[in-house]
Amino acid sequence: MRDKGGDGREHGGFRERGGDDGRGHAGGDRSVVAELEWASKSFGKVKAVSELDFEMRAGEVVALLGPNGAGKTTTVRLLMGLIRPDAGSARLFGMEPGRIEARMRVGAMLQVSKVPETLKVREHIELFSSYYPHPLPMAEVVEAAGLGGLEGRLFGKLSGGQRQRVLFALALCGDPDLLFLDEPSAGLDVESRRSLWERIGARKRAGGTVLLTTHNLEEADFLADRIVLLDRGHVLAEGSPGQIKARVVGRTVRCRTSLGVPELERLPGVRAVRRDGELVELFAAEPEQLVAALLAADPALSGLEVRGAGLEEAFLALTCGLAPAGGGAPAAAPAPHTTTTGSRQSTGKEAA
Amino acid sequence: MNTLATNASPSSATAATTVTVTAPRRNLGRIFWLEAKAEALKVMRLPGFVLPMFAFPVMFYLLFGVAMRYGPYQGLSMAAYLLATYGAFGVMNVSLFGFGVGIAAERGQGWLLLKRATPMPPLALLAGKLAMSLLFGIGVIAVLFALALGPGHVRMPAAAFAELLAVLVPGALPFAAMGLAIGYWAGPNSAPMLCNLLSLPMAFASGLWIPYPMLPAFMRQIAHGLPAYHYAQLALGVIGAGNHEPAAWSLLYLAGFTAVMVLLARLGYLRDEGRTYG
Repeated sequence: MRDKGGDGREHGGFRERGGDDGRGHAGGDRSVVAELEWASKSFGKVKAVSELDFEMRAGEVVALLGPNGAGKTTTVRLLMGLIRPDAGSARLFGMEPGRIEARMRVGAMLQVSKVPETLKVREHIELFSSYYPHPLPMAEVVEAAGLGGLEGRLFGKLSGGQRQRVLFALALCGDPDLLFLDEPSAGLDVESRRSLWERIGARKRAGGTVLLTTHNLEEADFLADRIVLLDRGHVLAEGSPGQIKARVVGRTVRCRTSLGVPELERLPGVRAVRRDGELVELFAAEPEQLVAALLAADPALSGLEVRGAGLEEAFLALTCGLAPAGGGAPAAAPAPHTTTTGSRQSTGKEAA
Repeated sequence: MNTLATNASPSSATAATTVTVTAPRRNLGRIFWLEAKAEALKVMRLPGFVLPMFAFPVMFYLLFGVAMRYGPYQGLSMAAYLLATYGAFGVMNVSLFGFGVGIAAERGQGWLLLKRATPMPPLALLAGKLAMSLLFGIGVIAVLFALALGPGHVRMPAAAFAELLAVLVPGALPFAAMGLAIGYWAGPNSAPMLCNLLSLPMAFASGLWIPYPMLPAFMRQIAHGLPAYHYAQLALGVIGAGNHEPAAWSLLYLAGFTAVMVLLARLGYLRDEGRTYG
């Protein structure tokens, strides 16, 4: 648990990248733009976010990465003042997030299932621009969102990718100091997704500060300077895309064995175990030792298979029960401590 | 509107920001105007909303007020009497459905949450929808007036038409409030049904379709508790018909009804805020 007496900044491995870590965006002042302090939020019995500490600085592009129900959207909504934390606090530009002065400095792409379809692209942008004191010129918004030639089109007549780019334009039109993108590419095909990534990437290169949520590791890797891995309202890991990838790269060993999960967990190099009847999946950084130990432990083992774990798969293994050892050092190789799917009382926060 | 750097390339975004620091602060009047314009355009391009809003009052008025020529009634032709009640029916429907169905749909689709995340003044949204309701309400009244003057052979001084209009238009308020409450409590799919279930029986029992004295006795009793009845009585009072309910009582009733509906809407909004989850 965090030491409430101290300043808490070194705990949880979550603050360390703030300040002068030398990533220096040209001209970016490094002030804190958004922060959650020890924030918790429950919906009924579901604890969506649990004692979350989070901080973001000007010029950063941060991805909240995690499966459905990880608390990504709740985190965004807390930071935007759309919901209030049950405990802890949220600040946006040092203010209460719901304040209009704070809202004037942010733009958001939220998960909207439907947008009024009988308004034209231009009309949507014009209206949203009017809410902000210093909106970007229409032509610039249209250009930045890749909507050239579609200004006069009714929203309902647009393709999925175009619709998503209109929502991006609405987030961008107030020239916000901080851009929230909640699952920006959800439901898009590969091509539309790429096209949207280009737009977000352009904003990043122009020095924009962006917080995006995604369950797609590739997307987080492509766009973010820093990835925060969330699972069930807790921070599982945090670091640069390189650091996160280094943690999740590994091999999957599959076999049929009579060994029990506790025994499997004790094998060398095992980072996660998934069991489906007789079939067992082990996730390991280096499989050679593991395979040798496995064969020694169960000579009757069959159907042995070693595969390179894709990033998605590795990520799944990580979120399905691996507790990061020493949350303060996301880049360090974790100790071979594992838990099985379903038992997940240990988190980075508590381990710290 | 920012008129600087209209041809700017994306790379000049930062430059444009620095320059526009001196630009005037946002124009609230413009926000309200654009919000109202957007609401009106949005609805105008939805035949599924516009057609029934005009068709039902017009069709019923032609049927009961113009085609079936009941003799002079309270000193008025049926066409004159029903002009007041179908005007009320038209305005009521536009506000009730405009708010009820509109809010429920946009809320259910996450659109209102996105709007709430912007610095939009919350009143602008309501004012925009109200402006749209008033605009379409006036539209329906205008069509009914034209039918009354034409095939209905209604002859009244221009001042009477003006007074009728002046009483009918603000009647949008209580029903907009009722729609707002429905919009914040009902789901996007159930809101249209709920609006129909409430508005059609209420319209009939309040004497909006056929004059109050022709209603069955039990309905006449219920009528006195219905907002549409008091609204119609105010309109009828202007042209010298109706039950001569004291106008002050009807106004008080409608004001109270509006307050209760706004309160209900507020509760629904707060409930929404508490459980928004994703």
